[in-house]
Amino acid sequence: MTPIRSNSVARYALYGVLALFCIYYLMPLYVMVVNSFKPLSEITGGGMVALPEAWTLAPWKSAWSEAQVGVEATGLRPYFLNSFLMVIPAVAITTILGALNGYVLTKWQFRGSTLLFGFILFGCFIPFQVVLIPMARMLGLMGLAGTVPGLIFVHIVYGISFSTLYFRNYYAAFPTELVRAAQIDGAGFFTVFFRILLPSSGPIAVVCVIWLFTNIWNDFLFGASFSDFDSQPMTVALNNLVQSSTGVKEYNVHFAGAIIAALPTLLVYIVAGRFFVRGLMSGSVKG
Amino acid sequence: MSFLDIEKATKSYGAVRVLNETDISIEEGEFLVLVGPSGCGKSTLLNMIAGLESVTSGEIRIRNSRMNEVKPADRNIAMVFQSYALYPNMTVHGNISFGMEMHGVPKTEREKKITEVAELLQITPFLDRKPGQLSGGQRQRVAMGRALTRDPDVFLFDEPLSNLDAKLRVDMRTEIKKLHQKLGTTIVYVTHDQIEALTLSTRIAVMFGGDVQQLGTPQEIYDNPANMFVAGFMGSPAMNLLPATLRANSAGMQVELQLEDGNSFSLPFPRGVELASFDGRDIVLGIRPEFMTDPDSADQESDEIHHVELPVDVVEPAGSDTFVTIALRGKGAVGRFRARTAVKAGERFKFAFDMSKAFAFDPATEKRIA
Ligand SMILES: Nc1ncnc2c1ncn2[C@@H]1O[C@H](COP(=O)(O)OP(=O)(O)OP(=O)(O)O)[C@@H](O)[C@H]1O
Ligand SMILES: [Mg+2]
Repeated sequence: MTPIRSNSVARYALYGVLALFCIYYLMPLYVMVVNSFKPLSEITGGGMVALPEAWTLAPWKSAWSEAQVGVEATGLRPYFLNSFLMVIPAVAITTILGALNGYVLTKWQFRGSTLLFGFILFGCFIPFQVVLIPMARMLGLMGLAGTVPGLIFVHIVYGISFSTLYFRNYYAAFPTELVRAAQIDGAGFFTVFFRILLPSSGPIAVVCVIWLFTNIWNDFLFGASFSDFDSQPMTVALNNLVQSSTGVKEYNVHFAGAIIAALPTLLVYIVAGRFFVRGLMSGSVKG
Repeated sequence: MSFLDIEKATKSYGAVRVLNETDISIEEGEFLVLVGPSGCGKSTLLNMIAGLESVTSGEIRIRNSRMNEVKPADRNIAMVFQSYALYPNMTVHGNISFGMEMHGVPKTEREKKITEVAELLQITPFLDRKPGQLSGGQRQRVAMGRALTRDPDVFLFDEPLSNLDAKLRVDMRTEIKKLHQKLGTTIVYVTHDQIEALTLSTRIAVMFGGDVQQLGTPQEIYDNPANMFVAGFMGSPAMNLLPATLRANSAGMQVELQLEDGNSFSLPFPRGVELASFDGRDIVLGIRPEFMTDPDSADQESDEIHHVELPVDVVEPAGSDTFVTIALRGKGAVGRFRARTAVKAGERFKFAFDMSKAFAFDPATEKRIA
């Protein structure tokens, strides 16, 4: 009996520590949620951690559609939309292009394809700051400066290295005989891709989409550098919301805004998270 | 000008030559087996016929038209892969249908063909399953079904049975043979199993190191091997290849073999008449186990049976036969005895050699000299 008891003591200790960590990590979220439902007076009154005495939805409403963001009192709504207009095409196009690259680099190898992959990989390590000025010039030349399509372009260029890396490694483990069988069956380049490879790419596509979605949605630097007032993404608008209040700082509105900004990524993780781990695993196990 | 011509075909990957100049002509309806050890270039040659690998030099023709630049899909071939290569995301039905769909076969005709093929291969109950839910043998049949729907000029098989267990392999071997007899389609079949090669083929190409060592009917390959490699590769257990010395004396040509204990013995070598000038030369004597037997099992028709009493080293009963090893110098020689035999390890026993079935090889070039 003794070993089991000492075991369970150790286990309780472990659970205790884990619970502490859990609280530690959840604390900020708790503070944000709680304070976003309080009137401002309760916060300035000093009770940051306490539950609201008078629950109110006003800060949420204000953050969403009334608060002063930059010059106009539009709330975060238009910028939320901007972010979606940016993130959806950027993620979709980057994923498809990455899958195509991976397909060519593994199943249609040509002289120098390994070298080319090396260069593409190099793109993963280029720091954002380095490309700011050349990219601004490029966007200007293309007539995309300060527009949502311009931001989409920037994110595609940056994301393609990662999506190529993901798909190339995944497809490297994909049996080449399948591609050959399809060729003999009469399938061409794109038919093989769309009918044979892509339907088997679920796990890695999820990994890629989550990765790109969180990165692009949360990006601040490119958003701040390459957008105008009417094309700003959510992150930049949130910053403006927090900075621009001239009079009192409306902390409750800021908290609500921050939660709104974080919701989509949270949702993506909850919906697709379990595939994420599975996708990461499948590549490593097979390879 | 045959049905399928391979003319001076070679294959190199960069500087590495993996297939040397190869000439093979196949008549319509033939069953050609490419056999050889791993890495000898069998799959490479098959993939070149399929169009999955380019031809470095030389030409491949089907029905007398050049195929080198023709896409795999337009060669009218069907292929069964070693791993079956079934599309994992499609059902069995979808797998079989895919090729026809790509070739623009109308739906009603596709369905008819699928029913027909499924019936033939007894896969009708699995049509709605995914390949992952099938056993190895069932997958193999689906892969075959996919090839069959195409009505091709040539079937290409790349070791289709190598993933199956021993019993299923024998069954499927028979199935393939039946199928060939029924359809009469030309088949090129890769294997490294020499039993498969001997039982299935109308002709065999034995390959080694990127070269076709010998091309011929199973009988020719077995009875008249062109060199030591072919002799040693085909047949199970393998042919004994024994170092020996040629001796010319008053009774004609003899071969002298050394025993482990230093003694030697001689056997007459009837094929050696052309080798009269080779007196004293070292050769490699090739003799199959079935021609080194106990006197009662020896071929009574042969007039070249010679009896020698020799020390027995190892006795291995193997069900229908017993394999008996004689300790020769450097190398054991295996004889095939009847199942119930009185022979015991360590004793001397009388062996019957059928010397009309023995060959001589040049130890340097490995070519057959008699
Ligand atoms: N892409 C390649 N680049 C370089 N060498 C290659 C390539 N593909 C095959 N080879 C070489 O060509 C030779 C023949 O290969 P092949 O696949 O035809 O062998 P095989 O006879 O089918 O063997 P197995 O019985 O193992 O399937 C091998 O030595 C192999 O290493
Ligand atoms: Mg092979």
